[in-house]
Amino acid sequence: MKLLKQALLRAALVTAVFAGFLLVGCAQPHPAVHFFADGRPQHLSEWQVVYSEGGRLQPNERVVPYDLNTPLFSDYAHKFRTVWMPPGTAARYSSTETFDFPVGSIISKTFYYPRAAGADSAVLRTYDQSRDFSGRGLDLSTVRLIETRILVRREHGWEALPYVWNASQTDAELARTGDEVSLELVASGEANERFTYVVPNEVQCAGCHVADLKAKSIAPIGLKARHLNRDYGYAGGAENQLTHLQKIGYLADLPALGDVPRNANWRDAAAPLDARARAYLDVNCAHCHSATGPADTTGLTFESITASDRHLGICKPPVAAGRGTGDHLFDIVPGHPDDSILPFRMNSREPGVMMPEQGRSTVHREGLALIRDWIAAMPGQCGV
Amino acid sequence: MPVRLSRCEHVTLVRRMPSAVSEARSGPNNNYIGEIMRQISVAFLCLIAAACGQKANQSPPQGLSAEDGEFQKHLQEQFLDAKPGTVIEIPSGKHALDRVLTLRANGVTIRGAGQDKSILSFKNEISGPEGILVYGNDFVIENLSIEDTKGDGLKINDGENITIRGVRVAWSGGSQTSNGAYGIYPVKSRNILIEDSSSWGASDAGIYVGQSTNVVVRRCHAEQNVAGIEIENTVNADVYDNVATGNTGGILVFNMPNLSQAGHSTRVYKNKVFKNNVANFAAKGAAVASVPAGAGVVVNSNSKVEIFDNDIADNQTANLIISAYFSTNYYNKPGIDPNYDPYPRSIFIYDNQFSGGGDSPDGLELKTLKVSMFGLNGHFPDILWDGFHDEKNLVDGQPPAEERICVKNPGATVLNADGPHKYKNPKTETALFQCELPKLPPVDLPSHT
Repeated sequence: MKLLKQALLRAALVTAVFAGFLLVGCAQPHPAVHFFADGRPQHLSEWQVVYSEGGRLQPNERVVPYDLNTPLFSDYAHKFRTVWMPPGTAARYSSTETFDFPVGSIISKTFYYPRAAGADSAVLRTYDQSRDFSGRGLDLSTVRLIETRILVRREHGWEALPYVWNASQTDAELARTGDEVSLELVASGEANERFTYVVPNEVQCAGCHVADLKAKSIAPIGLKARHLNRDYGYAGGAENQLTHLQKIGYLADLPALGDVPRNANWRDAAAPLDARARAYLDVNCAHCHSATGPADTTGLTFESITASDRHLGICKPPVAAGRGTGDHLFDIVPGHPDDSILPFRMNSREPGVMMPEQGRSTVHREGLALIRDWIAAMPGQCGV
Repeated sequence: MPVRLSRCEHVTLVRRMPSAVSEARSGPNNNYIGEIMRQISVAFLCLIAAACGQKANQSPPQGLSAEDGEFQKHLQEQFLDAKPGTVIEIPSGKHALDRVLTLRANGVTIRGAGQDKSILSFKNEISGPEGILVYGNDFVIENLSIEDTKGDGLKINDGENITIRGVRVAWSGGSQTSNGAYGIYPVKSRNILIEDSSSWGASDAGIYVGQSTNVVVRRCHAEQNVAGIEIENTVNADVYDNVATGNTGGILVFNMPNLSQAGHSTRVYKNKVFKNNVANFAAKGAAVASVPAGAGVVVNSNSKVEIFDNDIADNQTANLIISAYFSTNYYNKPGIDPNYDPYPRSIFIYDNQFSGGGDSPDGLELKTLKVSMFGLNGHFPDILWDGFHDEKNLVDGQPPAEERICVKNPGATVLNADGPHKYKNPKTETALFQCELPKLPPVDLPSHT
């Protein structure tokens, strides 16, 4: 009897503590990040990596935001990227490959746009991200969330899960088969550009994230030394991202920063044109166009290590471009962007012609201009 | 908003708890706590799961009916969930889809109810560009049609043991430059059987096997394409019992530079290759854009090719063309791998039935050549050779015996077009080609019966 009383007392106590915890749970400290070792949670909120609360999209505790020197173009979407690792674990540095992440790691990438005046579908075409943030996280009165992609490192490897945000921007729902969102890009002094934003399905995620066709395994693309080697404006001040990750225990074996490769920022007018173009091609094309990627059928590679010769497309006849040639004979004709296939395909919005094949429905004008300038400045000619 | 929603859920949860406690009173002691804890954690998980839960605003894709949108979603899920042994059935009917179906699994079969019954239409495709894209081994696709894709109809990349049977790929507008490049396109794959299939309207090649090994293409039909059937950079291919007609070029055996492997050992036999006279509608620069309209069988820069027992007729440039990469317009020093072999070698042509053809060659140079040599109403011989030899390799003006072009085809003559000298001294040749080569063994497909 005494035992039972004690047990009941303990039960009541535990209940009270739990109830108390739950009462404050939603208001104050957020539930911790939840690593699902398998399965596909139906809602993004179940992961507790980033969450929509109080009109803001916020990262949870120990969820670290990051940016890339030169990012992938995705229809002018802005991206909020985060990485989380289980307490006591760290990724291992590599100078060339994606860092080796521990099981339980969760990467998120939220695609969003600053809102334009007018309809819900009207969003800004701008590179200015400064107004997107309000203290910590994204201010949902000024931005529209489209999708959040989760990459999770499970026992057997990485998996990709796409989530699409609801109209009230309170949560995102699993969209295994992808989705389509009608948007229009607004920029001052120009007609609005309507387009269909395509959320990839799970298998299309692999279209870019399976960088090694033989291994057939998914891997993150951005979390490489050369993409991350830059400063980020953390709450505590700006700091090199790699240094920061190392400081908080997320990154092991980081060498001296001077020995870490670094891609150029494609928008940095002070950087050499060649470095900017190669950084752009690396992150936009090389996940397929590499020695091991799905476009290894083409003999065309855009890796940061690709030599500046026919392997990069210089004077190279296309293999399976079909009408993607645009009536041009070679991928790149030095000095002649108008005669080169590469900018022609970047300038197309038509499946079957456009490159990259997926991940965009609009033309990246500034990226195209960069590649055209780069080809125009290129010496040499395609002679016999 | 989300905070308020969480609280609603929360109240429900708290209300539930006293009952958990009261139930606990009537059971044995320490399990009460366990039970309470379990219920709390279940409730807690539910809370997390339902937190701020609202349906995402997914709508049917534009350009598709609600019914097709549902069909596509369901089919996409089947492709996502496919694993070894999965059979994905495509029901009868014409189904509109707006994005590529991608498969990343081994041992999967995709099966329709018949190529005239189960039709996947990609007319409104917004993301692809293929119709069906496959990364996987032990793959079978049969008895269905794929129509109007923006890019390739069916592409299989890096697969092993591939069967394509009774698959029809078509562009409904006929021969148009805006059509997708390839109809049926296995690439970098091994052990491939393509049979009883067809391609209509590809703006490059209808049935195109690239950079692959051990291939059989049989009983297929290719029409309205730029190239009907093309075997490129492929090792060991048998192409037989096919019909290629109404294309720009009927059956092509090519080697392109800068690729993962050089092709060799292809047998083209018992095919019907006639009236491939459609004006070349490939975009300039595309691999087959250099093929003249009116080409029956074309060998370019490939080696160990055997062409026999075919019926080849009424192809207006020539029933059979043997050429080097130099005749394609694409040759240039910086752009081509120096190890690439641009010459056709070891070509054996015998026992084909040639008739008609050669009477209206494509392109000003060939037209002029024809008129000057054979007159307005004359015609080229059945076999047209561009005249490029590997000069370094010649012994007494002849390539080594095992590398020669041999013709043992009664009645057929060869025109040496003298390409190396800009067609200045063309002549009909017979002696140069009087030889035989050892015959190639049949292709053995270990995985197919």
